[in-house]
Amino acid sequence: MPKLKVDGIEVEVPPGSTVLQACEAAGKEIPRFCYHQRLSIAGNCRMCLVEVKPGPPKPQASCALPAADNQEVFTDSPMTVKARKGVMEMLLINHPLDCPICDQGGECDLQDQALHYGADTSRYAENKRAVKDKNMGPLIKTIMTRCIHCTRCVRFVDEVAGVPTIGALGRSGDMEITTLEQAVASELSGNVVDLCPVGALTSKPYAFNARPWELTKTESIDVMDALGSNIRIDTRSGEVLRVLPRLNEDVNEEWLGDKSRYACDGLKRQRLDRPYVRRDGKLRPASWPEALQTVASKLKATAPEKIGAIVGDLVDCESVFALKQLLDGLKVASMDCRQDGAAIDPACRAGYILNAGLAGVEEADALLLIGTNPRVEAPVWNARIRKAWLENGLKVGVIGENADLTYRYSYLGAGAQSLQAVANGSDDFAKVLENAERPMVVIGQGALARADGAAVLAAARAIADKYAGGAAGFGMLHTAAGRVGALDLGFVPGEGGLNTAGIVDGAASGEVEVVFLLGADEIAPSKLQNAFVVYQGHHGDHGAHAADVILPGAAYTEKDATYVNTEGRPQHAYRAVFAPGEAREDWAILRALSGALGAPLPYDTLAGLRAAMCEAHPHLGATDALSEAEWGEFGAVGEMAETPFASPVRNYYHTNAIARASETMARCIEELLPAATKATGTNG
Amino acid sequence: MSHFRIADDAHQPKTFAFTPEFQEKANKEIAKYPAGRQQSAVMALLDLAQRQHGWVTRAAVAHIADLLGMAEIRVWEVVSFYTMYRTTPGGRINVHVCTTTPCWLRGSDAVTAACKSKLGIGFGEATEDGQFALHEVECLGACVNAPILQIDDDYYEDVDGPKTEAILDAFMRGETPTPGPQVDRQTSAPVGGATTLHSVGGDD
Amino acid sequence: MLRDEDRIFTNLYGRHDWRLAGARKRGDWDNTAAIIKLGRDEIVNRMKASGLRGRGGAGFPTGLKWSFMPKDTGGRPSYLVVNADEGEPGTCKDRDIMRHDPHKLVEGCLIAGSAIGATAAYIYIRGEFYNEARHLQIAIDEAYDAGLLGKNAANSGFDFDVYVHRGAGAYLCGEETALIESLEGKKGQPRLKPPFPAGAGLYGCPSTVNNVESIAVAPTILRRGAEWFAGLGRENNTGTKLFCISGHVERPCNVEEEMGIPLRELIEKHAGGVRGGWDNLLAVIPGGSSTPVLPKNICDDILMDFDSLRGVGSGLGTAAVIVMDKSTDIIKAFARLAHFYRHESCGQCTPCREGFGWVERVMDRMVIGNARVEEIDMLFEVTKEIEGHTICAHGDGGSWPIQGLIRHFRPVMEARIAAYHAKAAA
Repeated sequence: MPKLKVDGIEVEVPPGSTVLQACEAAGKEIPRFCYHQRLSIAGNCRMCLVEVKPGPPKPQASCALPAADNQEVFTDSPMTVKARKGVMEMLLINHPLDCPICDQGGECDLQDQALHYGADTSRYAENKRAVKDKNMGPLIKTIMTRCIHCTRCVRFVDEVAGVPTIGALGRSGDMEITTLEQAVASELSGNVVDLCPVGALTSKPYAFNARPWELTKTESIDVMDALGSNIRIDTRSGEVLRVLPRLNEDVNEEWLGDKSRYACDGLKRQRLDRPYVRRDGKLRPASWPEALQTVASKLKATAPEKIGAIVGDLVDCESVFALKQLLDGLKVASMDCRQDGAAIDPACRAGYILNAGLAGVEEADALLLIGTNPRVEAPVWNARIRKAWLENGLKVGVIGENADLTYRYSYLGAGAQSLQAVANGSDDFAKVLENAERPMVVIGQGALARADGAAVLAAARAIADKYAGGAAGFGMLHTAAGRVGALDLGFVPGEGGLNTAGIVDGAASGEVEVVFLLGADEIAPSKLQNAFVVYQGHHGDHGAHAADVILPGAAYTEKDATYVNTEGRPQHAYRAVFAPGEAREDWAILRALSGALGAPLPYDTLAGLRAAMCEAHPHLGATDALSEAEWGEFGAVGEMAETPFASPVRNYYHTNAIARASETMARCIEELLPAATKATGTNG
Repeated sequence: MSHFRIADDAHQPKTFAFTPEFQEKANKEIAKYPAGRQQSAVMALLDLAQRQHGWVTRAAVAHIADLLGMAEIRVWEVVSFYTMYRTTPGGRINVHVCTTTPCWLRGSDAVTAACKSKLGIGFGEATEDGQFALHEVECLGACVNAPILQIDDDYYEDVDGPKTEAILDAFMRGETPTPGPQVDRQTSAPVGGATTLHSVGGDD
Repeated sequence: MLRDEDRIFTNLYGRHDWRLAGARKRGDWDNTAAIIKLGRDEIVNRMKASGLRGRGGAGFPTGLKWSFMPKDTGGRPSYLVVNADEGEPGTCKDRDIMRHDPHKLVEGCLIAGSAIGATAAYIYIRGEFYNEARHLQIAIDEAYDAGLLGKNAANSGFDFDVYVHRGAGAYLCGEETALIESLEGKKGQPRLKPPFPAGAGLYGCPSTVNNVESIAVAPTILRRGAEWFAGLGRENNTGTKLFCISGHVERPCNVEEEMGIPLRELIEKHAGGVRGGWDNLLAVIPGGSSTPVLPKNICDDILMDFDSLRGVGSGLGTAAVIVMDKSTDIIKAFARLAHFYRHESCGQCTPCREGFGWVERVMDRMVIGNARVEEIDMLFEVTKEIEGHTICAHGDGGSWPIQGLIRHFRPVMEARIAAYHAKAAA
């Protein structure tokens, strides 16, 4: 532990720390542009220069200099101050004076640091450099004259995203950051906008929309995948203008997938903003009492075994809890939260969460992925797998699609046969798992949403049991943000009840007469046309098309709600804006429906609902925490088909109703998917 | 990127592959480096591609990236960083004039003027028939023989305006004049004979 | 004057056979095994005793540099990397070694390689030296064929390989870590230090980067004895040195001379004197373009070695003497160098990337006098904002010439400005 002095303050820092980190430990802020704690050290911007003794009689780049015993660091000595002023002058000579029209204005590192460390006037009287803008795709807007060549974007796509498409071409003052007109074909590309310390790379969809000081910022949780990435929702006048990542080391570090960041324009389109009731074959606007009464009458008039309910992928715990209580009151047993039909066994929680935690992969030394493509199912977690592969030598094996995951892996095979080969030890990767100290076996929905899913799950369970210490090494990667919460709340068929397939088939055969869809948008409307369908949700997507009554609900940005992520971590989302028009928060709709049914749910407030929910399911009250789940039996040993496992995410940009309504996502598909398709299938 | 420009798609051949002869050379270059370090051969392979095709095409970059397991953008970074790679068709004979201070002190302005008038083109340009391209280059490392005119791989040393014109004339006639000093001197020895090494040096 | 018997590069001008047979006649490859069998410690000690300082410009003691190479490498190979990326304006000595005496370099690689425990040497030669690279490759091939390289090289019991790696046009690759990056197939952008190459260099393995001349003189030093070499020149500035004399002299040339030779003697004895006589001398850049210029009065009696040139605020650098007579537009001469340093900046560090563009533009105005006198001070300050603020020494090397110009020729710059404004007013 090196001990050194920073401006006379003695600090002790962990071995391997840099002088910059030591300065931070001493509470001294060091200006920087190229340095970023999650990227390799470039040391090129020279803004972090400080005077260090002993050492050469010139300032040192603190970001790159190892902290050592007995060093003396001076962060505001004349040498340091002069060096910073000089570097700042150099950074500004070719930087345009276009702050008034720059989207980075107000949140620009260069602006801020120029104010603190720069001079008040420029001595530069020559022509400034002008650089041609580059095309980096539908998400990243470039104004390259502003670029200060810190190379953060180059290092990010190379190191974190693993899609080396940005380069610094040329040299000297002519060096330019470019992709050579290729879109950045990564699901994490938007992060370069956050990383860019100036206005060279900004958000294309957000261009000229707002100034940061006009925005109301709400800290919340993302629902575009099952990671529960921590986000900040920036709004103005009741409109979501952008979504940014928030730091959470355990979940998303500080990254965010492009869908989570950019699908927010989908919140404004195809919204259900008033209730509808089908009359004479057509959906017609209705009042809330009318709509609720229609649903209540139908439910009351129908025998409970002829009623089924399915909740969708984006649904929060509170809504699920309320709906389940309502159904229980009606004695309805046919309910399911697995609208894709995944053979997840709700009986054993350790069997449907990522027990080691998302961050756990960084401790793992072997990882077997079964029927999952984390790059498109959970891009931020995929980057963490890549990090573990790069930094810790994590060995990865894949059974399923042979896709480009941005890291090298052993490709074991496409399906069940390979699973058996690992289970019986005949595949080489079995040895890897066997010799690993902390192996992980992760199964995805692609291995489960199939007829033999239960058998596949049992086989995966057996592998985890044999090689990975049971729960400790077993994990499930979900794709639906609401899935784990709904499973925790038991939104699965009760005694004699039907599951998703049963309800859908029953609707076709007439066995099921009423289907209640709570945000369930992944079921083809045609399959439900014989039944009376109630759709409660926020978008005019598949569910609404099938509906006879529409109860307009709130999207994830419009309600205070609890989500449980794929590792079983309950997190709170907060309302950033109100739902549009007459749409209401979902728990309140269900509470009102229960009133119309004459059997009101026993709470009038969200707090009351939450109290009831947490009483019934105490772990949901342990916000942000992981609770250990007990290993048990799950799955069902049986025959497995030879059909290859395929990721459920065929199109990363279109996995839910919000994304499908997003124009930005549509542009991504148009401009990025051919490249992304080209990028798959060659690695391995 | 003042010196770096990629030729338009219209000029870009669709494909690139090394001929057997060049492939053999490429293999030899790759073999110089330890296993897994084949990226080290990228500069040599780009040079070979340029020698084979005359300039570095997009297809050649893609092919070399593939051959060496590199991302294409990393190969482009290399191409754009070094001045000897040509990324546009240019000319078949490449004429380089060093204009850095030691050559300038010895009259590189006259060499430049001779090249420009003889070829009728400026720096960074090629003659209409695609025969010659003219390049301004930085110090060629032969300063005691300044000024230097480099034509393709050879240095023509101790040149001046008239000598430059004569050399270019010869090239235009399809001849290749003898490279080296264009005045009476042995390589880097002083004109009129060496002041040293009279008593040693072997007896051949 | 150095006696011919004490000259190392006896085929400097290519008067004799440069190939193996000729080299052998000149004493190269003579019982190389005996030198290698001295063992690495003894070789390093002798090199230290010779006082040889690196010939690439910085003058770091070669023996000391070799001693930094770890003996326990944790299973990693070690490398010798030879810097043949000769490009410092004014410098053209390594070119002569490689085209006329390549076996001195190849044998030097083997000996140096054995002294640092390397498994191979990579000679990084600038791409423009196509013919020189060809000679070098032929020499290497000859050495392999004669059993002087490869397994049990020269019967020394030591296995060693030598490879040539051609550059492609980038002055900056002469910086040792940029050279390593380039050798790894990347842009030639210098690395942050630490780690230094001896700890983690080529492919992350222990590496020593030496100039061609430093390596090529090693066999002769070890053959003739450290005392012999140390007996030439002055203390701390020992041995012989290749000097390149260019610019306004009667007969520009390369010549091997004793360290510490007076500049005037060097120019007059070997290069036929300054064009128009010594009194027609305006200034000399003594050690390649990065070393600050010296006005005539300093040139009159300055000695050509590391310490005496440092004493007058300049440096020996690569010992490339660029002579400028009184006809020289010295501002233009340095404006051209400003262009060079701007053009050759790798673009990585802010001060160098941005600053040299600034310097070049201001210098272009200074050439015609279209400036204000205060801008001379500003220009000086700008170079001070670059110098010492970058990853590598390019920032320093490009700043010093301008600082030297201002230090010694400020009146010329002021006069140019005055003349410009007088003309504009008229």
